[in-house]
Amino acid sequence: MELLISLIIGVLTASGVYLSLRGRTFPVVLGLTFLSYAVNLFLLVMGRLTIGNPPIIADGITQYADPLPQALVLTAIVISFGMTAFVIVLALKAFSEMGNDQVDGKHKS
Amino acid sequence: MMNHIAIFPVILPLLTGILLLLLPDRLPALKRSISLISVLLQIITAGLLLNTVSNGEILAYALGNWSPPFGIVLVADQLAVGMLTITALVAICALFYASRGADSSGAHFHTLFQLQLFGLNGAFLTGDLFNLFVFFEILLLASYSLLLHGGGRLKTKAGLHFVVINLVGSTLFLFAVGTLYGLLGTLNMADLAVKVAAAPADDAVLIHIAGLLLFAVFALKAALVPLYLWLPAAYAHTTAPVAALFAIMTKVGAYSILRVYTLIFGAQAGTAANLIETWLLPMAMLTLIVGVLGVLASTRLRQQVAYLVIVSIGTLLTAIGINSAAGITAALYYLPHSTFAAAAFFLLSDSITQRRDVMDDQFEPGPIIQQQRLLGILFFITAILVAGLPPLSGFIGKFLILNAALPHSAFFWIIGVILITSLFTLIALARGGSMLFYRAQAPHSCNIAPDAEPRSALSLTIELTPVAGLLLFCIGLVIFAGAVTEYTAATANQLLQPEAYIESVLRTEIIKP
Repeated sequence: MELLISLIIGVLTASGVYLSLRGRTFPVVLGLTFLSYAVNLFLLVMGRLTIGNPPIIADGITQYADPLPQALVLTAIVISFGMTAFVIVLALKAFSEMGNDQVDGKHKS
Repeated sequence: MMNHIAIFPVILPLLTGILLLLLPDRLPALKRSISLISVLLQIITAGLLLNTVSNGEILAYALGNWSPPFGIVLVADQLAVGMLTITALVAICALFYASRGADSSGAHFHTLFQLQLFGLNGAFLTGDLFNLFVFFEILLLASYSLLLHGGGRLKTKAGLHFVVINLVGSTLFLFAVGTLYGLLGTLNMADLAVKVAAAPADDAVLIHIAGLLLFAVFALKAALVPLYLWLPAAYAHTTAPVAALFAIMTKVGAYSILRVYTLIFGAQAGTAANLIETWLLPMAMLTLIVGVLGVLASTRLRQQVAYLVIVSIGTLLTAIGINSAAGITAALYYLPHSTFAAAAFFLLSDSITQRRDVMDDQFEPGPIIQQQRLLGILFFITAILVAGLPPLSGFIGKFLILNAALPHSAFFWIIGVILITSLFTLIALARGGSMLFYRAQAPHSCNIAPDAEPRSALSLTIELTPVAGLLLFCIGLVIFAGAVTEYTAATANQLLQPEAYIESVLRTEIIKP
């Protein structure tokens, strides 16, 4: 399970980095989204992968699940969601004002 | 009441921002007044806090009454309060200038401005690494909208780059925060300092990676070489009051570097002690050199001022990179000076640009501008400030830095780079100033009518008051240089002995019901 999760994070990050280095705004937005997916997953597993453990202190229990990463990842999701919405609107604005979807505003000849 | 003063700089702009959002846009005068009053109150709060912490006391405020390290804590120490004061002073001047009309070129300027202050003040006060990330996002989101405020093709292009690179930066920040949490199980900065110092040697590599990732993020915010490329276009194309407020934004990066690498990765941090010592100084000096090349190569005034911001951040981080009490003292003196000077320069260049009609702010001989003598004098004073000539605060700041560099093993390089870059800054400013003022021609010979009707004395006063105010703050830094350096020296000592900070955060008493 650990191997699978780390592979997913790795692949997501790699695709995110590749896409965000592209020259057109749409792949860049997709790349940023992949990067934020990767980091959200990464934050979540920082509380270690456990199954069926309670997050609240109780008598007779020694193994707990860490509840904090879920709070962190929820905050991170909300922020990255808002930022992605903003960057999409900005990319559309750039497209309508510059007449093309190149990140630097220039057509490739 | 006084127990809760530490939270005022955070909630005051937030509530003002929400209130301003509810008011309709057809009441601009009311909105301006509320916004200005709010910033005035923030100055008063900062003054009260300054009075409280100047004897070395550290105020820790447990949000939601959760005892640290489990809850989020706001910490008002000398560094944080100093930054709050600078922010509020720059904000009032920028806001005053914006109230002349720049705020009505788009919707919700004042709301965004207050939210930007909310993010800035929060970032300075928070004692929690994840909360620092959240406040970074708040100030960035407000800054994206402020940057694009008013619209325009160049703004959109610069804005797109600014947003994308900062989003990548935020992702890196989260990776670093996640790694630290996974290893150490805490995000409270004081608790992190304890845990990092006691970390087993097996984890050292991962802690180093997380610490250096954080450095990359802060270097991006501070616009350190090679992560500075977003800054010149963004700062040169936005409106003047926004650019003036942004003069404090790069300082947030410098603040975070100073905070995190003295507290968490400072000299007492065990395996991660002095983590960035080998990186910071060379990168800062390189920033200084690249910034000066940009200043020399600029073809427009506002572009030149944007590169001057990079020069100032290079100088500031060189002083921090010296890594001694004297270096940090000098850096903290230079920080308010460079912020005020850059903000004044952005506002002044807008006044000059508006009078040059179609010539805009290009360095080409243009028409003789109105009030050329008055603006010329202000330009001269600002240029002296920025270049660091006596008798103004730039000189004292640079002198303190050079003095602090003497015991350092690489003092030859530090002093050489700072002096040579100062010389080139001076040359570039002299060239730019003579192009704008001395080589201007009478309007009949170049067919460009400068400004049809002359401005009234009142509107001129209102226009130039913020610039004069910022310059007066710098002169104040000279007159009260003794008191200011005493405060910055006390701040430097507080930073280099983080035990007091850790103690007062982890012993924060929660209020019993």
